This record gives sequence, C-alpha cells and structure tokens, in this order.
Amino acid sequence: MSHTFTLDGKVVPFVDGQTIIQAASAAGVFIPHLCYHPEFKPHGSCKLCTVKVNGRHTASCTMRAAPGMVVESETEEINAERRALTQMLFVEGNHFCPSCEKSGNCQLQATAYHLGMMSAHYDHFFPNRPVDASHPEVLLDFNRCILCSLCVRASRDVDGKNVFGLSGRGIKTHLIVNAKSGQLADTDFTLADKAAQVCPVGVILKKRQGFAVPIGERKYDKAPISETAETTEGH
Amino acid sequence: MNAPKKKLKVATTSLAGCFGCHMSFLDIDERLFTLLEHIEFDRSPLTDIKTCSPDCDIGLIEGGLCNAENVHVLREFRKNCKILIAMGACAINGGLPAQRNHLPLTTILEEVYHTSPGLKNGMIPNDPELPLPLNQVHPIHEVVKIDYFMPGCPPSADAIWKVLTDLLAGKEPELGHGLMHYD
Repeated sequence: MSHTFTLDGKVVPFVDGQTIIQAASAAGVFIPHLCYHPEFKPHGSCKLCTVKVNGRHTASCTMRAAPGMVVESETEEINAERRALTQMLFVEGNHFCPSCEKSGNCQLQATAYHLGMMSAHYDHFFPNRPVDASHPEVLLDFNRCILCSLCVRASRDVDGKNVFGLSGRGIKTHLIVNAKSGQLADTDFTLADKAAQVCPVGVILKKRQGFAVPIGERKYDKAPISETAETTEGH
Repeated sequence: MNAPKKKLKVATTSLAGCFGCHMSFLDIDERLFTLLEHIEFDRSPLTDIKTCSPDCDIGLIEGGLCNAENVHVLREFRKNCKILIAMGACAINGGLPAQRNHLPLTTILEEVYHTSPGLKNGMIPNDPELPLPLNQVHPIHEVVKIDYFMPGCPPSADAIWKVLTDLLAGKEPELGHGLMHYD
C-alpha cells in the first residue's frame, strides 16, 4: 500500500516495508551514507544516514517509513554531526587521498565534500595497518578501511564465501581475512566476486589498474555524490 | 583625496611540504597583480624575509610538522598573524611525509644513512644546526589553532584565489564542488 511522509518538507511516497533511505532514494533524495548499500541488508553502523524523525535521531537505513513521519535530513545540525563522524573516520585510519588510487571514486571522500569537511579536526591516530598484497589480482590496503562491512556482507550473502570478517571490539575492531594465514591469497577470493566490487573506499583494489582514469575525470570529480545515479540506482 | 587603502600583510611558509602549494599559488598568474593591489607579502619565500612582522593579517602555511624548526615557525606564524590558513594536504593531515608515521624514526634514519646501498658506514647527521626530527609528522591543527583550511595536493590556483578573495571581501571562504579536492 502506498503512503507518504515528509523529508525536509518534501512529500516522499513509500510502500510498506521500505526504510526511510530506500523511499528517499526512490524519490531521488540523497541521504549521506557509507555502510548502507541498496543491495544488502542494512548494517546500521556508520550512522552517517542518521536523520531526525519526529524530533528523534535514528538511522534512516534501518528505520521503516511510516505514514505522516516528519523527517529532517539536510539541516546544519544533522550535517554537523555527520561531519564529526566523517572526521573521526578520517583520523582513525590513514586516508592520504593524493596517493590513493580510489581518489575521485571514493564514497568517503565524496561524502566529506558533500558535508563541507575542510579538515579532520581531531588528532590523527596514524595507526599501523600493514597491507596485504599476497593475492595475484587484488591489493588489500587496510589503512583505508572504515568498517562498513560491505565486503563482509557481499562475500557472505552473494558470493557464499565468507572471505571477510570484522574482528575485535570498539576502537580495536578491524577487517580480517578468513584464512589460517590471514592472507587473501589463501582464500578462494576472485576479482569476479561481488565483494571485490563494493568497497566504498580504497581497501580492495584491482592490481595493475593504476590511474586508468586520470584524477580530475573520475566519478565524483564530475558531479557531487548527491547528484550521482547511485542514490537511486544502487552503487 | 583619500589616502590609499592599507594593504593586508600576507606571510607564507612551507614547513614539511614540497612547495607545490606555493607553485599553485603562483599559478593564479596575472591575478597576482590584482592581488597585489590589496596585499603585500611579509615573510615568504617570495620576499625572502626571514621572520614575520608582528602585524600580519593572513598567514598561509604549507606542509606539516616533521621537525622542531617546523613547530617553531608555526608558532611564530600563529603569534604574528591574525588569520592562519592551512594550505594543502600536508598541512591538514600530514600528507606524504606522514606516511612514515607507522615506522620508528630510528629505523628510518638507519635505513636512509646506514643500510641503504652505497651508504655503508654512513653517519646519521647530528650537526647542532640541524633541527631535531619529530617521532611522527603531524598536521598543524594539532599544535596551534587554525582558522581556515584549504584542502588539496595542491589546492588549485582557483581555490587559492577564491579563499583569498573571499577573505578580502570580508566573507567566510567557501569552496564548492570542483574547487574542493583532497587530491
């Protein structure tokens, strides 16, 4: 059955079972997000898609839409909170955009642009996260991992391989590879896997593809993330 | 006849940077002449003045902090400039130099001066004139208050022009899509 709610004053239709972000995406309205992906079960961990529903904060990727909801998203208050979350992601990892092959195609970077993030604000952690270059086709650079778990979900739910997992708790949470050695080369991971395609940042990179598209001509160089097709058609 | 309007004093420096941001600054090309109607350069590689005047209006800092002298210069800028701007990726997050941060400093010095091919029995420089390296490279906002940030490696000439002209017009600097880049 079709109903509506309002999102920043705009009437948004939805059908039973849709979450706020699904209905917003279908209506062409962008809500910033990192761990949400339209093809996977929501994880609700990054909190970038937090909106105010009837005055209360909630993650729009897990909250089902209901008739008459009053939802606020693009307000200075909410975007300031999103910006702080994004800044924390930047300082917790090692995000050196100029030396990252994913720059310009990176959802974290593009989201930071959308939020007007001029600096990481907090003190940097500069963690030590060695890369895994063991696989013949794929490089894993854990320095850029934001723990969105998209590769975990893609490998588990689509590829049926369970190559990736999140281990540890709190600030010690980190991405691991499901092999006795911990090395990607010792799994059955391939470039054809869905998990190889979903990383929103530059952790899972195809080898020998450097700068196939020059910086300046990449996806989010051309249009901001709020105007790209992925908001309505998936990544 | 009105007295000529007082020009704003602008100081610039490169700490642990590659001078790419200064090169980008020069890329504003003939607009430099327009800019020079409104500003004068104080301490800067463009003037070769060695210390900041106490009444600088704007300080542009390129590069992060990799040694004790960088910290000293940064503090001098903060003390003497009303507005301090972090210019470029290195000033904002340490940039390329900060990619040494997960390695112990002693290991790096040994690798560079002792164990690299052709440097057998090399000596780690220890002249008292040399500034002591920091254990890690740090962005400048971790040491002093920064008023504005101009991301990019380097920020484009247009981005630098936009920030400076916004400030000269008394506006909050703003970089929209296309001018705001971290790479």
